[in-house]
Amino acid sequence: MTAAPPTRSPHPSAATEPTASTEPARYVRPYGDTTGDGMVQVSFTLPVPAGPKADGAASQLAKKMGLDPALVVHSHPIGADFTFFVVYGKVGHLVDLDQVRVVEREYPLLTPAEVNATVKRLLRRKLVVVGGCIGTDAHTVGIDAILNIKGFAGEKGLEYYRELRVVNLGAQVSVPDLVRRARAEHADAVLVSQVVTQRDAHILNTQQMSAAFREALGERRPLLVAGGPRFDPMMADELGVDRVFGRGTTPGEVASFLVHALATRRGPTPAART
Amino acid sequence: MNAAPAATRGTTPPPVRATAPARTAPRPSLLGLDPATVATARALAARAAQPVIDLATAHTTVSVERATLRLAGLTGADTTHRAGDVPWVNRVVDTVAEHCGLQHGVSLPVFHALREHDLATLTDLAEATAAGQIRYTLPTGAARRRAERAARTAVARGIRTIDRNRAQRDRLVARLGDPPQRPWIYLIVATGDIDEDVVQAQNAARAGADVIAVIRSTGQSLLDYVPEGATHHGFAGTYATQENFRIMRAALDEVSREVGRYVRLTNYASGLCMPEIAVLAGLQRLDMMLNDSMYGILFRDINPVRTFVDQRFSRQVHARAGIIINTGEDNYLTTDDAVSAAHTVTVSQLLNECFAHEAGLADWQLGLGHAFEINPDLPDSFRLELAHALLARELFPHAPLKWMPPTKHMTGDVFRGYLLNGFFNLAGALTGQGILLVGMMTEAVVTPFLSDRDLALANVRYVLGAAGNLAEDFRPAPDGFIATRARHVLDQAVRLLERIVDDGLLTAIATGTFGLMKRPPDGGKGADGVIAKAEDYLNPAASLLEEHAAREEPRP
Repeated sequence: MTAAPPTRSPHPSAATEPTASTEPARYVRPYGDTTGDGMVQVSFTLPVPAGPKADGAASQLAKKMGLDPALVVHSHPIGADFTFFVVYGKVGHLVDLDQVRVVEREYPLLTPAEVNATVKRLLRRKLVVVGGCIGTDAHTVGIDAILNIKGFAGEKGLEYYRELRVVNLGAQVSVPDLVRRARAEHADAVLVSQVVTQRDAHILNTQQMSAAFREALGERRPLLVAGGPRFDPMMADELGVDRVFGRGTTPGEVASFLVHALATRRGPTPAART
Repeated sequence: MNAAPAATRGTTPPPVRATAPARTAPRPSLLGLDPATVATARALAARAAQPVIDLATAHTTVSVERATLRLAGLTGADTTHRAGDVPWVNRVVDTVAEHCGLQHGVSLPVFHALREHDLATLTDLAEATAAGQIRYTLPTGAARRRAERAARTAVARGIRTIDRNRAQRDRLVARLGDPPQRPWIYLIVATGDIDEDVVQAQNAARAGADVIAVIRSTGQSLLDYVPEGATHHGFAGTYATQENFRIMRAALDEVSREVGRYVRLTNYASGLCMPEIAVLAGLQRLDMMLNDSMYGILFRDINPVRTFVDQRFSRQVHARAGIIINTGEDNYLTTDDAVSAAHTVTVSQLLNECFAHEAGLADWQLGLGHAFEINPDLPDSFRLELAHALLARELFPHAPLKWMPPTKHMTGDVFRGYLLNGFFNLAGALTGQGILLVGMMTEAVVTPFLSDRDLALANVRYVLGAAGNLAEDFRPAPDGFIATRARHVLDQAVRLLERIVDDGLLTAIATGTFGLMKRPPDGGKGADGVIAKAEDYLNPAASLLEEHAAREEPRP
């Protein structure tokens, strides 16, 4: 688990300048050892044999990246064909904090312990998650990365969460089976993964799935979540699901969303506001 | 390690014995472990393991039967099947299961059919099977004896190939030499494309890697067949196939000659096809295999019985092939707490040792796993790591122990990660670990850059070079923090083993003892591929391998 950062607030304050209590300036530059010096450090590798020419090449790249002056402070060969560089230099660019737009996640990222605690408080039982790949899709990579304890990107999967009960149906689950199983397990949430996108199969399958849940369970349907590398997170309404996750989604994000959405469904509670 | 490995290594005389234990002379216990407690722990592990061994002996699986056919020489795939390339071994085993069940083993019906239909090869038989021309039956009387003889001859041929590969490895090690230092430096490549892997692996070997592991594509462990041919598209790894194995071993042979030491190749005998992959590893002269007794159960939700049956067969193959296994205890520490669950690692190591010995593996083949996963913000975290690492070292003095780098507390702060890896390397040097998996500062960030790998190797080289034989001077105070902690973990392990003996190992697994995962014995993937053996079950591979295990003297 990426230990330190996950509890980080979704709205990091703009206090990037160490100006303590005073309001940060609108325009800032990187801070090396003096305010406004613009100093940064980068490292990279070029496919060039080590030598003066390689150092010159690194210097040229650094200048094109906006480092001026650029100081190649270290270079050494990696095998016969590559050279690794560390470069320090001054960038002229200004950051306009008023122009900074961040992607707003509408829910806070919680640690597994926080997810467990929230579920306990909210439901007083385990939260049941049913997942699988629907249609002919046999690529369980995505759903397994989210559900299996092994997890993804250094985060454990939902099975790791003590207060979640995970039922992973695996590959090629038919929609009627999924609905039947979700109902039998009293699922709070259903996760479907779609990797194959031939002839928009991922979209059609997901729409069919959400329609089936609506028909079978109406308002009592579980939370519906679709995920896959080719989904656009803006497509939730079109697909008839509550949330769409795209490439690179980690289990922690999904778990955090589930508790947030359940809290919201049940009306605002203190838990939902943390 | 030396800064210019290729140059100096060429002049290093090859060590006398290819597979020497990590330590040349056994040293007195630094931790003051009570030999009686150690003996109790081993005896309890043996008692806990026995019911599972009985279970494994009483069952076979579809994968064990497929592995047997692979040993008998059946290769290739049905390229015309609607589900894509289905390996012939799957076609044949599925059909035999349908016609007469697998409780008697696949060998008798298959070799009976081969003779009855007067077919030249198993591939011809597989093609005829796919065409629906074969009706498998269980032969009796003289026909049974003939089928048995034919099966034994065919399987023995496969086992001879494995024997020849082992002898070839011994020759290459004798000629080129082992790495001049312990621990051996173990590096991972994983591009998804075997051709790209070859480039990375050869470069890693030139930069000092002694062991190359090719990570498998995500999800291969849950495939109930082994893909065929050279592959170029994996997810975060490269598929384990016989052809990929062959390509990579040939590439490493080439670079071994160049760098003047035998560079070992590692892959994964795990998941639903564990026995088959073990066979392929033996046939292609792989040198190490990840092969844990419980990993698939806990972390991939594979049926426990399936796993134990498959694991036993695969370990028999590894024993025969002279392959060093690597176990996966490091994983428990990534899911559970590395301090409070430290004793579950010890328990699992003892169980893995017991299962391995039963399957015929010698101590020098046991790369028992453990890891540097304690929260670095804890006070004395490094001393705790040393205590745990030294405990493993002293409990298994002749095993080459696999030492795994931090992953759980790698945050993306690459500078801090680099320092942490330095301490990990130091702990490895100080406690005499046998195989050191090189930690990447980019763990949990990106797949390592070329430069990340280079920096990681520089870190290892510096620490191993600077620390030298510091282990010689490392004498923890007899009743100090490290020795006390190690004895405490061993005591906890003994208590947990007592509970496992009382409840049964399968119950312990079902109740979340290891890595916090709860896996009931009847659940999990691949359960339908487990078959109770009939009275007259026959598997020439199992018998040949067992005869070998009984004959083989453990190496000194």
